[in-house]
Amino acid sequence: MSEALAVEFRGVRKSFRAEPVLRGLDLSVPSGATTTILGGSGSGKSVCLKHMIGLLRADAGEIRVFGRDVTQLSEQGWVPLRREFGMVFQGAALFDSLSVLENVAYPIREHMDWPEERVRERVRRCLEGVGLAGAEPMFPAELSGGMKKRVAVARAIALEPRIVLYDEPTTGLDPANSRRVGQLIVALQRELSATSVVVTHDIELCFEISDRVALLREGRVAAEGRVEEVREHAELRRFLEGSEPLPPAVGRGGRAEEGRAHG
Amino acid sequence: MSELAAQPVSKLGDRALELAEEVGDFALLSVATLRAALRSRFPWRAVLIEFEALAVRSAPLVIVTSTFTGMVLALQTAYSLARFGAKPYVGSIVGLAIVRELGPVLAALMVGGRAGAGIASELGSMQVTEQVDAIRAMGADPVQKLVLPRVLATTLGLPLLTIFSIAVGIAGGMVVADAQYGIASGFYLQTVTSVVRIGDFASGVAKTVVFGWAIGMIGCHVGLATRGGTVGVGRATTRAVVIASIVVLVADFFLTKLLLMLPADALVGLFVRLFGSGT
Repeated sequence: MSEALAVEFRGVRKSFRAEPVLRGLDLSVPSGATTTILGGSGSGKSVCLKHMIGLLRADAGEIRVFGRDVTQLSEQGWVPLRREFGMVFQGAALFDSLSVLENVAYPIREHMDWPEERVRERVRRCLEGVGLAGAEPMFPAELSGGMKKRVAVARAIALEPRIVLYDEPTTGLDPANSRRVGQLIVALQRELSATSVVVTHDIELCFEISDRVALLREGRVAAEGRVEEVREHAELRRFLEGSEPLPPAVGRGGRAEEGRAHG
Repeated sequence: MSELAAQPVSKLGDRALELAEEVGDFALLSVATLRAALRSRFPWRAVLIEFEALAVRSAPLVIVTSTFTGMVLALQTAYSLARFGAKPYVGSIVGLAIVRELGPVLAALMVGGRAGAGIASELGSMQVTEQVDAIRAMGADPVQKLVLPRVLATTLGLPLLTIFSIAVGIAGGMVVADAQYGIASGFYLQTVTSVVRIGDFASGVAKTVVFGWAIGMIGCHVGLATRGGTVGVGRATTRAVVIASIVVLVADFFLTKLLLMLPADALVGLFVRLFGSGT
């Protein structure tokens, strides 16, 4: 397995209540690039993303992060490794009871023993980076959907992680805010030189920000490669034209949906 | 026909498996909470915040319910004792009933309803909006951040609320005994203290440590197991209150039975050692 890969999945399987979601997924995420995982609802995109950071544990297969096998890593074992990650959740997942300052400072306070002034300075820089300078005293309930997403991005990059995971970063945003979030991902990628993994069904965003693309269908990679290679792939064309068959969980409306992550 | 007959058996089996799974998850969460308590970074600030939200803010509710229960108990008891010409001894019965049983159980049911629902709905909302996952993703432990402070707040808060509950319950009875039946307050208190021993008080308050722990743990367990969006949060809230109430009432019976089997001196000794006072 190559050291130049940030994340590697080999034959990963995951089921929820006997309903398979990942069916032997093979995926390579190279270091320092932006990889986008495309796919329709129920294709297993978000489940795949949550395996990368250990929020879900694979039933079978192997997952490596920076060459290290993390498949059977315990929750305690994940703690230091998660310092290397930042994650932007689909609904932003900001803590309602905390101000923007405390939300962005959360990972810093968790992992660093910095003096208060240094914490505030880092939060200020992160908020400036996402175009929300001065938003520190606000609370999540006072923010618009786009602002929440940007605060979530600021929180994800607060510790200058090596990998940033974005789960549906433009879902629920208007076109202007979607574009802004896309530009933000590209700008942060350049600035941090981190590995970015973006899960989305937004084709425009995918082509705007990606170096590599993996198209997921029914828990497997249906097409994978550099963005210009995948653009012409027959599977991607089918996805773009909407002629993909419905995934089993959507068709049946099964209980598995309850226990799984979105996507 | 045999397939039809097997269906209820299979459903019963499924339910039994689900229950076993739930009990197992609850036990695992309890162990994780204990481990989190022993870790170096103890969340004192969060414990104080939760203590204020779950225990201090429950005080008015507990005080109102206990006062009126003491008052109605005095009314009923005096009415019944009047048949035997023993009306002046209303304080003995009211005192014993409130100290041993009504004070602890009423406080537990009130806190179980208020705090249990509050915990389950808050953690349930955090679960369905991925805030719990966000805590894990940032390398923090949701058990230490969310569960431990809430469980400690209810475990420490309920015994204190019970002491309040007992005091205002007896006082409520005293007001009715004086106003309605002309029993002097001094005599009423004398009849209370002549019957109620420190062992009765210790037995009543000791039970609430278990009730408080159970209410906090049930609220957290049900909240963190929430699935299915806002509907799931509503369902979790109801479940937490129902389970906490049943557990309090069932545990009360077995704990009372257990405490009655213990020699009174042993319980008083333990109580004095725990609270460091000779009263």
